[in-house]
Amino acid sequence: MSSPTPPPDPTDRPRRPPFPLARWALIAAAVTGVAAAFGYVGGWLDPHRLTPQRIVDRLQVNGGLHPGYRRNHAKGVCVIGHFDSNGSAARYSKAALFAPGRTPLVGRFAIPGGNPHAPDFGVPIRSLALRLTQADGQQWRTGMNSMPVFPVATPQAFYEQLAAGRPDPATGKPDPAKQAAFFAAHPETAAFRAWAKNHKPSASYATESYYGLNAFYFIDAAGTRQAVRWRVAADNRPAGNAPVPPPQDYLDGELNRRLAQGPLRWRLLVTLGQAGDPTADATRIWPQDRVEIDAGTVVIERSEAQDHGACRDINFDPLILPAGIAASDDPLLPARSSAYAESYRRRTAEQAGGATAHAQERAP
Amino acid sequence: MNRDTELFWWPARVLHWLMAAMVLTMLFVGVGMVASVSARHSWLLALHKPLGAAILVLALLRLILRLWRAPPPLPADLPALQRIAAQTSHWLLYALMLALPLVGWAMLSAGGYPVMLSDSLRLPAIAPFDADWFARLRWLHRVLAYSLFGLILVHGAAALYHGLIRRDGVLRSMLWRRRAAAETPSPPQDAD
Repeated sequence: MSSPTPPPDPTDRPRRPPFPLARWALIAAAVTGVAAAFGYVGGWLDPHRLTPQRIVDRLQVNGGLHPGYRRNHAKGVCVIGHFDSNGSAARYSKAALFAPGRTPLVGRFAIPGGNPHAPDFGVPIRSLALRLTQADGQQWRTGMNSMPVFPVATPQAFYEQLAAGRPDPATGKPDPAKQAAFFAAHPETAAFRAWAKNHKPSASYATESYYGLNAFYFIDAAGTRQAVRWRVAADNRPAGNAPVPPPQDYLDGELNRRLAQGPLRWRLLVTLGQAGDPTADATRIWPQDRVEIDAGTVVIERSEAQDHGACRDINFDPLILPAGIAASDDPLLPARSSAYAESYRRRTAEQAGGATAHAQERAP
Repeated sequence: MNRDTELFWWPARVLHWLMAAMVLTMLFVGVGMVASVSARHSWLLALHKPLGAAILVLALLRLILRLWRAPPPLPADLPALQRIAAQTSHWLLYALMLALPLVGWAMLSAGGYPVMLSDSLRLPAIAPFDADWFARLRWLHRVLAYSLFGLILVHGAAALYHGLIRRDGVLRSMLWRRRAAAETPSPPQDAD
């Protein structure tokens, strides 16, 4: 369809346009303007913005750089199991996994912190992350912790908490004065501190309850939204006492001994929020009288070492949700999602580049 | 000869400007969402995936139309180097518009993520769940995105150069009408 171009008409197009400098300047300004806008949106020209990269950088400073490992909750173990739904939550959520029936899951028990070789009893917190995969391919990923409230309510406060928790090069431990100053400046941490004060590090992953911490919405088939929080409550025999002094690595072995005798169980309990219950503040629990639904049983059947287990390459992003569950306005949720993505990006790149990062670290 | 032969065919122009808006939006969304921890991260991500899928479909349609109907020729007096640059960059733009959504889709697949275009619409995985592949594709997605953005800047600068400096009708051929043509006696037609 192309046709030869007619020869340029000298009257139509003067050789030199009027004001050529102004024209060049206009072109330069247009290009620079778009590039600058891109730079601003991308954060390069906005140095004060809290970004996922900055959060993960601080996690890396506090925990040390351990190539191939998660930047937080680095020490953990993969578990395989399923969720047996009894159908009770299906009234509130149309998610297929809440219909009566069984949904396979891959999970991970862990302790917080960026050091994959940290001592198990150095922190009172344990965590459980789950990825449930529905038959339709949609997934529910949730990262839960063994305390009912999170220390802080906002990503900015979390970022400041990381700075206060930075290990002093001299002692290898956080500076108590800095931590005290942080807590004094953040009264919202009181509920968490009260919990931590009275909570001994458990000698088993199996005896803890794990809390979703953030609020979400369940959405039923008619589109009605119900504010919820969830937790899994342990239904396993109590733990024995850990040896004294507590060994560096105890929880994995304890879990394996239990699993050798049979599956472990947790009940999935969903708390229904009422109007006025905070959905955007993970430092505050809801009133005790809220209706609670027993949605079914999380069953853990076996474990796998995290170096090669099924959970290793899963990013337990709490915003990967099936239709029927939606995020609340809790500002921690998008921050978790974006920071987890950055952690996943870094550690998979290290894994692909250094390949045997885990194995190398294991070498004596 | 129809005067419209100097213009791009109207479907090409409609697709060009529609996709210009979509692709630029997409690049800003992408670079913004990975640098944000606020609620913006979530809604930008929710926009990024369906918009990327739409760009993939439209880019395919556009490629078919481009192969079916050639664009107006470049000015005969355009220096050879600029002619080569123009042709190369246009095919590169097509390649990147197709590659970026495909790499993004494959990257999410390799990361084991369900590829959700909405709350309930899920695309199938087009790559196996493999973290090494995720790492490579994630890197590639970023590099290709920056390349596309750079190429768009060059493309825009070249278009303005044609329109403001050379004034050779190349920019006009992608706009809605010819310059009010005093040299043609016939009345303006709107038979685009």
